[in-house]
Amino acid sequence: MRNAFADEITKIAQQREDMVLLSGDIGNRLFDKFKDVSPGRFFNCGVAEANMVSIAAGMAASGLQPVCYTIASFLTYRVIEQIRLDLGYHHQRVILVGTGAGLSYSSLGSTHHSVEDMGMLRLIPGLVVLAPGDEKELRPALHAALDYPGPVYIRIGKKGEPVVHDTEPEFAIGKALRLREGKEVWILALGNTLPLAVEAATQLESRGVSCGVASMGSLKPLDTKLLGDVFTSAKVVATLEEHSVFGGLGTATAEWLAAQPARAKARLVTFGTPDEFLHATTHQSSAREWAGLTVENMTQRLASALS
Amino acid sequence: MDHTKLKHVAAELRGEVIELSHRAKTPHLGSSLSCIDLLVALYWGFLRIDPKKADSADRDRFILSKGHAAPALYITLCRRGFFSPQLLADYAKDGAALAEQPAPHCAPGVEWATGSLGHGLSVGIGMALAARIQKHDYRTVVLLSDGECNEGSVWEAAMFAAAQKLGSITVLVDYNKWQATGRSEEVMALAPLRDKWEAFGWESYEVDGHDFGQIRAALVRGELPDRTKPLAIVAHTIKGRGVSFMEDDNNWHYRIPNAEELAAARKELGVE
Repeated sequence: MRNAFADEITKIAQQREDMVLLSGDIGNRLFDKFKDVSPGRFFNCGVAEANMVSIAAGMAASGLQPVCYTIASFLTYRVIEQIRLDLGYHHQRVILVGTGAGLSYSSLGSTHHSVEDMGMLRLIPGLVVLAPGDEKELRPALHAALDYPGPVYIRIGKKGEPVVHDTEPEFAIGKALRLREGKEVWILALGNTLPLAVEAATQLESRGVSCGVASMGSLKPLDTKLLGDVFTSAKVVATLEEHSVFGGLGTATAEWLAAQPARAKARLVTFGTPDEFLHATTHQSSAREWAGLTVENMTQRLASALS
Repeated sequence: MDHTKLKHVAAELRGEVIELSHRAKTPHLGSSLSCIDLLVALYWGFLRIDPKKADSADRDRFILSKGHAAPALYITLCRRGFFSPQLLADYAKDGAALAEQPAPHCAPGVEWATGSLGHGLSVGIGMALAARIQKHDYRTVVLLSDGECNEGSVWEAAMFAAAQKLGSITVLVDYNKWQATGRSEEVMALAPLRDKWEAFGWESYEVDGHDFGQIRAALVRGELPDRTKPLAIVAHTIKGRGVSFMEDDNNWHYRIPNAEELAAARKELGVE
């Protein structure tokens, strides 16, 4: 996904004079083309993420359109106050792109995992949280973020993730993308879990269970119309994310559900990382196993929730 | 304006700041009084600003990063004609535009909402880089407190500005030797503060922060063309400056003056 980001931001920079790209000392060579087409608009801000985000706020206040890019865990956790005040309180047009989000950098350990980031950022008033499902969804998501008159956090994976969408979808903030329709089960996938959702749905279909899939590329604001549809039409609705079961899509959905005046027909099942640190050395696939983010675990839990 | 007149303006502003604290029962008086002369030096003769065009794209930017001295900024801006005295009369009341610490876009001339320390310099660097990109020639000045220099983000910003050869930014440190609950030197070993800025790649000077001649002489260094180093002015100041019973007494970080103290302070300042 990060290569698609670099490619798209470079295209945008060729059309927009106000674009500036700030990086937290990562993306070696990734932005060479951006630097070529947009000289003087790329800033390696070093290993100083708090400073980077406040600088972006000052640039935005002066009429530029900054995009900050670094590893999601470093862009969010230590910088939360700068994000809250300089971006949120001042409602500045700054786009934060957190790369290697969730368990993407699993093998680097919990220092590099970001499974609480969305829970933190979702609390900041006026800040939009996006997590596109693949690189085809990322490109229009970036354009949607540019049209939003305030701060946006875009959470992306690393590289080589499977591409799910055939063509670039019509992305809109606050709108989910329905990939396949289902009658009994819906899997609402966030970010890089979209390919897993499609696999699990295919498994369920092969067992005779009608299963829909939606990409919840916009966590905040949430597509409550879609939630209304699936919770009244299906029996089981699952949320799926490389994020803690606390604070992210599962929680946001549960919050919405609890506030509904009429009892929803469907039952909510959440898939995410547990409330503990991962201490073992793992690759992303093993980390997903640890969190139960596998086709086997999902189909088993969803089948039993149906019965 | 000559220095005698500047001193008179500063004395009047000090009187107003003390009156504001007394009336609204708001703290941080000592911190406001220590930076009044720096604000007067900036707003009378240095900053290229037009109170009638507070949002003009090429205005000089000033960020009061030590947001707790907001009353000093409000009174300065009001005196320079950025907004009406009525705004000041409502200071800190429910629903007022001017809060104890500035909110975003709270009044013309207030560039940034500060109050959490360690943000203003980075934001100012963003504004200064925007000037470079957009080919404006405005200068950016950021006023920090010495306690604020405890924040690591200040030093992240310092290193970055030097790496960017950002000659259009000036830092003033209101070095009043106190922070909220102790001597700034004892809490975080701040000295030698000028050397620290130098070591971080800045051109740096120490001045008497109550001497207009010295402050101006240092500020104009920042106006030299083709500068490649940011400028840090370490201004030695006295917390509570101007009122003998408040000077260097850190109780006035939080104390509110009563009517007798207000009268005594005004008398001493010669602004009864």
